[in-house]
Amino acid sequence: MRSLITLITGLIFGIGLIMSGMTNPAKVQNFLDLFGKWDPSLAFVMGGAIFIAMPGFWLIQKRQSPFFEKQFYIPNKRELDFRLIVGAAIFGIGWGLGGFCPGPAITSILTGNKGTLLFITTMLIGMVLAKSLISLSDRKKAI
Amino acid sequence: METEFTPLSSLVGGILIGISAVILLITNGRIAGISGIVSRILPPSIHRSELPQGLLFVGGLILAIPTWYFIDGGMPVNFVSNNYLVLSMAGLLVGFGAVFGNGCTSGHGVCGISRVSKRSIVATSVFMTTSFITVLLIKHGLWS
Repeated sequence: MRSLITLITGLIFGIGLIMSGMTNPAKVQNFLDLFGKWDPSLAFVMGGAIFIAMPGFWLIQKRQSPFFEKQFYIPNKRELDFRLIVGAAIFGIGWGLGGFCPGPAITSILTGNKGTLLFITTMLIGMVLAKSLISLSDRKKAI
Repeated sequence: METEFTPLSSLVGGILIGISAVILLITNGRIAGISGIVSRILPPSIHRSELPQGLLFVGGLILAIPTWYFIDGGMPVNFVSNNYLVLSMAGLLVGFGAVFGNGCTSGHGVCGISRVSKRSIVATSVFMTTSFITVLLIKHGLWS
């Protein structure tokens, strides 16, 4: 049951990404192109998602635990740090360059588009690199 | 390339993303941040306990295109650049930046803002700013 729900949850997310236009890099770049062919559609994606998730999350967190786990796994870090700012800045540059962020890229894998597959491959490499760098620096701190 | 302004389908798509994030939190207790879900099941430190549900969620994402095709009868219109050098650079930056900064458009932009997390609000402002500047430069500046 849990597995089926998780699969369908991913499916709903993917359908949402396709319907909203997020899987179309040209549309994403036009959203980011404030001084060109600006297409404000993607503001509605974020608006719609937050409109549901904000009250939803607030209600859910009144519960002690989720249905299938003993506890919630919600990030508890509060303070801003170097990694957050630098990571977000790098992420934004890549998002602007390619018009893809992780969800829409993975959702588009079965289109078989060569550029998309290339993007996904280097994205996964980038993730592994960042994970390795973080665990390396954490180990140094521990010493 | 121009794209049509689609407020209604974008809003409905956004609502679906919100619904999915709510279901994931109430069932699995996890934030629907795609870079987080994906990176936790990648080396060098694979979270074995997260592997089955993570793979299922990603599987659901991947099934969205065939499902869309089945319902709609056509593929979604996605215009991807054929500049492979730029795309592979972009992928590397997106993957690295999302994991280094603990989140992407979904984790920080949707879920983090919905939790009113200061870190996510700052991260979203930072990546929106650098993405605006990047597109400004490639469409109107240096490389155009």
